[in-house]
Amino acid sequence: MAKITYVEHNGTEHTVDVANGLTVMEGAIKNSIPGIDADCGGACACATCMVYVPKDWQGKMPAKEDMEETMLDFAEASNEDSRLACQLPVTDELDGLRITMPESQH
Amino acid sequence: MGKDIIIVGGGQAAAQAAQSLRAEGFENPIRIFGDEPHAPYQRPPLSKKFLAKEIGFDRVELKPESFYADNNITTHWGTRITEIDRKGKRVMTADGQAFEYGKLLMATGSRVREINVPGFEMDGIYYLRNIADVEAIQSHFKDGARLVVVGGGYIGLEVAAVAKKHGMDVTVLEAAERVMSRVVDPIVSHFYERVHREEGVKIETGVSVAGFEGDTHVTAVDSGEGKLYPADFVVVGIGIIPNTELAVECGLDVQNGIVVDENCRTSDPDIFAAGDCTSHPNGIYGHRLRLESVHNAIEQGKTAAAAMMGNDKPYNQVPWFWSDQYDLKLQIVGLSAGYTKAVVRGDPESGRSFAVFYLKGDTVIAVDAVNRAPEFMMSKQLVHKKTKLDPARIADESIKVKEIAQG
Repeated sequence: MAKITYVEHNGTEHTVDVANGLTVMEGAIKNSIPGIDADCGGACACATCMVYVPKDWQGKMPAKEDMEETMLDFAEASNEDSRLACQLPVTDELDGLRITMPESQH
Repeated sequence: MGKDIIIVGGGQAAAQAAQSLRAEGFENPIRIFGDEPHAPYQRPPLSKKFLAKEIGFDRVELKPESFYADNNITTHWGTRITEIDRKGKRVMTADGQAFEYGKLLMATGSRVREINVPGFEMDGIYYLRNIADVEAIQSHFKDGARLVVVGGGYIGLEVAAVAKKHGMDVTVLEAAERVMSRVVDPIVSHFYERVHREEGVKIETGVSVAGFEGDTHVTAVDSGEGKLYPADFVVVGIGIIPNTELAVECGLDVQNGIVVDENCRTSDPDIFAAGDCTSHPNGIYGHRLRLESVHNAIEQGKTAAAAMMGNDKPYNQVPWFWSDQYDLKLQIVGLSAGYTKAVVRGDPESGRSFAVFYLKGDTVIAVDAVNRAPEFMMSKQLVHKKTKLDPARIADESIKVKEIAQG
């Protein structure tokens, strides 16, 4: 279980508990957090679940696979801190994580 | 007259609309009626990871039950609406209850097209549309079991890929001369036929089904040309039909789907519709479309919710689709119908990565990308902007994807 804070592009914060085994994307969908659509439900096919992860948290996450890397390379508003939330499994280690979401997904 | 919003249908469009209505500030009660016993869930994984038992219901369910209770959304799962009384502004359930609405959203979805040949009612013949279907199909998953898939579209081929991975003996029968003929160019069809054969699936094209053999349980599929395909079980995937009967019966305008405007309004100002059941005017293609996709369900769910609140956010979307088979991720942007030229980037004859750009005149209208995320992501924008492309630049892989449209 991890307490994760999702910050909308306008600064609105949502802090929720997300169970281990779900992804950061699923935590947002199940809690109806605006800004993450996840059309494909986590198949790494749509890039509608992009989030920005602070640098000091990035090491606690699995490295990007090729598919995610490429999708991000082409996603609107992506930068070096971008990840696809569907590729981030929730573990106890992510307790306290705070991520922000781009305006383009609003 | 009630001020409640009633949503008929319990799929992804319904769940999205309910969430968006609350986000748009709607404060009165919402009721959702779904004829399945489950809360809304994602359908795409049913023929992919869920069928393969890689994920369970907790991963396909969209929202926990607490979401509905916390948001004053009364859910009626397992309850079918049998009539819409537009004059009285109420809906009737199968067991005779009436519920009044202020505004109504029809998110009735679609159902499978059934095969009507002798023997169709035998045991062991399945369709794949909902959780119960998948559970029935999975009960036959045994090493060496013989599966005959009727229909070489997305569903049929995804089922074939999963079954093959589970050690089954799989044959796909497709009535047309090639698989996926409704949606892709022959180049893509032939590529998929090759990969399935490489994986050990038998693909038989130009084969229609005349009947099913067996006593009470299917034992073979009969092509009607003297050939029998032995089967321990059969999965039929020959398309879906929009659920428009309720709309027709209450006199709404229905033409290949419930007719809606760009804000998901039907011909009744208090009734809206979203998802598979609708026909919408697509601004990008300039004509009406009935789409069978989760992206459309989500976006129309949002559009309908906004319009119901009088805060119109017209739908303006390029359709997109995906299919997972083996190690192949097919991502499709747009609809290729009416294309005049298909331009290939990469080599579909060998390997497992290429893209096909569909041009109408000089304008790109759709792209099929197989294990080609760059082409997929780039073409979302190119199709939306109706970009004119030079076929030579598309085909030239020394030109980067981001630079295809330049020059």
